[in-house]
This record gives sequence, C-alpha cells and structure tokens, in this order.
Amino acid sequence: MQTTFTDTQALQGRLRLKILGLYNQAHAGHIGCSLSCIDLMIATLILRKREQDTFLLSKGHAAASLYACLNQLGDISDEVLATYYLNGTTLPAHPAPNKHRGIPFATGSLGHGLPIGSGIAHASKLLGDDARVYVLMSDGETNEGTTWEAAHYALQNGLDNLVVLIDKNGLQGFGNTADVLGDTADVRKWEAIGFDTVEVDGHDVDGLLGVIDQVNAAPNGRPKVIIAHTVKGKGVSYMENRLEWHYLPMSPAQYEQACADVTERYLTTIPNVAERTTVY
Amino acid sequence: MKKYEYTDKKDTRSGFGAGIAELGKTHPNVIALTADLAGSLKLEAFIKEFPDRFIQCGIAEANMMGVSAGLTIGGKIPYATTFANFATGRVYDQIRQSIAYSNKNVKICASHAGLTLGEDGATHQILEDLGMMKMLPNMTVINPCDYNQTKAATIAIADHVGPVYLRFGRPVIPIFTPADQKFEIGKAWHVNEGDAVSIFCTGHLVWEAIKAGEMLSEQGIEADIINIHTIKPLDEEAILASVKKTGCAVSAEEHMINGGLGDSVAQVLARNYPAPLEYVGVHDTFGESGTPDQLMQKYGLTADKIVEQVKKVMARK
Repeated sequence: MQTTFTDTQALQGRLRLKILGLYNQAHAGHIGCSLSCIDLMIATLILRKREQDTFLLSKGHAAASLYACLNQLGDISDEVLATYYLNGTTLPAHPAPNKHRGIPFATGSLGHGLPIGSGIAHASKLLGDDARVYVLMSDGETNEGTTWEAAHYALQNGLDNLVVLIDKNGLQGFGNTADVLGDTADVRKWEAIGFDTVEVDGHDVDGLLGVIDQVNAAPNGRPKVIIAHTVKGKGVSYMENRLEWHYLPMSPAQYEQACADVTERYLTTIPNVAERTTVY
Repeated sequence: MKKYEYTDKKDTRSGFGAGIAELGKTHPNVIALTADLAGSLKLEAFIKEFPDRFIQCGIAEANMMGVSAGLTIGGKIPYATTFANFATGRVYDQIRQSIAYSNKNVKICASHAGLTLGEDGATHQILEDLGMMKMLPNMTVINPCDYNQTKAATIAIADHVGPVYLRFGRPVIPIFTPADQKFEIGKAWHVNEGDAVSIFCTGHLVWEAIKAGEMLSEQGIEADIINIHTIKPLDEEAILASVKKTGCAVSAEEHMINGGLGDSVAQVLARNYPAPLEYVGVHDTFGESGTPDQLMQKYGLTADKIVEQVKKVMARK
C-alpha cells in the first residue's frame, strides 16, 4: 500500500514541527541530525516504502525523525509518541528493537544498518520476493569499516534491491567530516566498488522520488547508493550548517524560534498554521 | 565409576560439519555463512549438498554478523561460522546490537576455541568467549564435549528460536557420548553418580573429568560428574542437587576462570547453597604456542589437575 500526499511541503513542515516538539519535550539533542534526514525519510519511508519493503534508520541518533514518520504512518500512536525519552518508553533516544512495527533492529551504534540491510536484501533474493531495503546512513557513519565490508558483500551478491541513502551534511559529532577522517562518503568510493550512484539534493522531495524510482527501475545486479546533499538543521535558520546542533537541546525561546522558522518556511501556505500547537 | 570407552577419536568441529550437513536435509531454512573459513569449519559436505544455501562473506566477520541478523527476516536460520576469536571478541558490538538485543534467530558457530588451537598462539586462542557470550541477554551458550555431542547440539539449536553461541574446537579427541543422543538445551548430562565431590565440566575438559573420576574412584573417592554443555541457560537444578549431596565442587573448562562455567557455578552456589568450589581453568593469562597437549599440561587443564583440585576442595568441606 502506498501513501500519497498532495502537499509534500506541508508534510515537511508538519513532521519538522513534530520532531521539534519531541526534542523540546525531552530537552534533548540530535535535532540537527533529524532535520537533516527528515526529507529523505519522507521520500522513502513515507512515500515509497511498500508493505514488503524494509526501511532501516542506521543513523539511529535521529530516532525522533523515525518516530515522527511512524506516527504519521499510524504505527506509533500519539499517546506512545508522548512518552519519547521517558523512563519506561518504547521510544528511547536510539531505536529499540521489536517494540514497534517498522523497527525490527536496534540501531544507533553506527555501522550496523548496512550489514543488516544487506542480509535482509539477500534474504529477499533467496526467497525470490521483490522486497526492497532502504538503509539511511549519515556521512559520518561511513567512517565505520563495516560500511565497506557490507558494500562489497552487497555487490558480490548482486543485491540490486538494496538502496543506501547517505545523509551527507558534511558535519559529524564534533567536526566537519572533511576534517575528522576525510570524505568517506565520496561518491567515487561507491562507484569504485561497483554501486549504481546518484547524487541529489536531499531536501527536494520530488527530486528524491524521481531518483528513487530511477534506481528501483534498474534490476541490474548492482546495489544502489543515493548520496543526498543535505543541510544539518535544515529548516531552522539558526541551526542550519551549525555543528553544535548535533548535540545541543533547545531553550524555550529557541524552540519558539525554531517553530516559527519552520512554519514560515513550509507552512505559510497552509490555512491552519496554528496546527503546530495541536501537534506538540 | 561408570565405565566410558571409546573406539574412535575426532575433532568436535567435524561434529559440527556433520551436524549441519544432516540438518540441511530436514531444515530447508538453514543456511551457512562463513568468513573465508569453510574448510576449517568442515562445511564441505553442506556446501556440496546445498550450494545455494551457502554464503561466503569473505574475511569480514562484523559484516557477517549483521548480514546474519538481516537474513532472519523472512525465516532463514543463519549459521554464521568462523574461529571463536573472530566470532566473539572481534564482533562483540555487532552481536550485541544486531543479534542479541534485536533478538534474532542467528546461530553463531565458533571453532578453534581455547588453548587446543595449539601452535597458532595466543592471538587465536580465545579464552574469554563464553564469558562475553553468556553476559548477553537473549543469548544461549553451548560448549559441547565430543564429536557426537557437537553434532547433536548443531542439530538441536535449529529448533530453538533465538540467538545461540555454539563453541567447539580443533583437536582430535575421544568420542564417548552416544551417536544417537538427543541434545536437550539447558539440561545437564549426569556422567557419573557419586557423593564425595561434584565435578562440573564442559567442552574438552569432560573427557579429562572422566579420567579424573577413574583415578579418584581407584582411591575410593566417587565423584558426581556432571557435564554442563549448556553454559546458559544454566541447569541450576542439577548443580544444586549435586552439591547438596556432595558438599563441594570443582569446575573444569578450557576457558578463563573469570567469567566461565566455574563463575556461573559459583554464583548459583553463593546464592543458594554456599559450598567450597575450586576451579580448573586458565588463570588470567593469555595462551602461547605449543601442541594442544603441551598447552593443556602447562596451563593445568588435565585430569591430574582435576584430581588435585578435588583433593583441595574436599579438604575444605
């Protein structure tokens, strides 16, 4: 079953408000990380993932974006979403496995999603079904050596049903990716291994959908990587491209400003802009 | 002392190879993975029979663990095989996150465990693996003692839903358990009835415990020998029943005493029925090069050492 939305921009706005609401309620960090990848998740998890497909948020520190999407899809109720970060919740800062449909694995210890995703994609090949696997990684995460073990494995086994999405915002926990270990998400590395590669604007949902459809239409034995150029903190003026918003939580004033930014940017054409107060 | 005899000797890893080849016929969902050690893990028969159910992962153990976790989606039962050192310590976080915490039906099958790997030396002689694996929630940990028991365990774990760590080895050792045995996970095997001392043994030390039991019997000491093949879940009932009868115990394993079977026994006794316990195992040191026999002698993993520890613990009663 495929969900469609007539106004992806509104969805980009609504989910950002939901994410900001979660981080505000929890007084938690990783806000920039979630805002960086939410548009990728709208395109894949919400708009393109079919029932038989799997989506893995390998960069599990952006769990709030995952929870917001699963709430949008109806897999996590508003009541459960309200427990985010609290003691006893099924929605911790990094995804816990087997608590909700759509989260079959623990992620957030970086570098695990691609091996797991390769295994799921391989299982589909062995079972002869047409399921696809989307694995969303951060560019910093590709520092992890398992990335490259898994990439070779995926090629060797002809896993053209595996789509790797790299949220390439150029920043990782404590520095520019270029300064920390260099550009480990350089497209040439993936090309050299033998992946089908596409580079795309990671905030242009329509463009992303086109690219996803394009790679999915190529059952050529080669796994796919979509390198999405993104902006950490996208949508909130004072967070964009700022390293500190990897970890910082918002003050109440900053939260207000963030919501105002998002509303102005994505929701000004929506009649009921006061919706954010009812979301969170 | 009950008499145990053997007519043949084989390595436990060959028991694994035979077990998975047999399992392949009855369990179409079983698939075998390896990190370029198919020969060492004796997978040839399985690969020959079921080439489409064998996955070569290359020398990339971390990825193999993640891939195995992913393969379970849809019902496959992956047997991920490599040396014990690379099956545990090297990939602990992959096992922890993707297999144990995510509670996936992966069977981690590890050969060449312990000192009996021999001349390859300390880099490959892992003596901490049982401890690492038993600490993981959801993980079942099994260390069989001979070819037949390893084969039976290999078959039995396919029908257990959940992560398993199955540990075996390289040396050729006596086959003294029945070929037609049914392996029951978590149920200890009562090797010999006695009332003087309990000997809890696992893996390659079970045969040593039997030899020790014979020596002790000649001296009028009848040992209650219990094979704890399943380190976790531990058969606490069997341990307590034995020690309540004997009043003291010796543990014997080819593993570090920190974190091994002996520590599990100690915990059960401390919580339920405090009694003197002595360990036969490796004492906080890495291994070294040597023949398996030389190393087992040097590090005190022998029948003689078990007898010595029995005397020591009985004096503490």
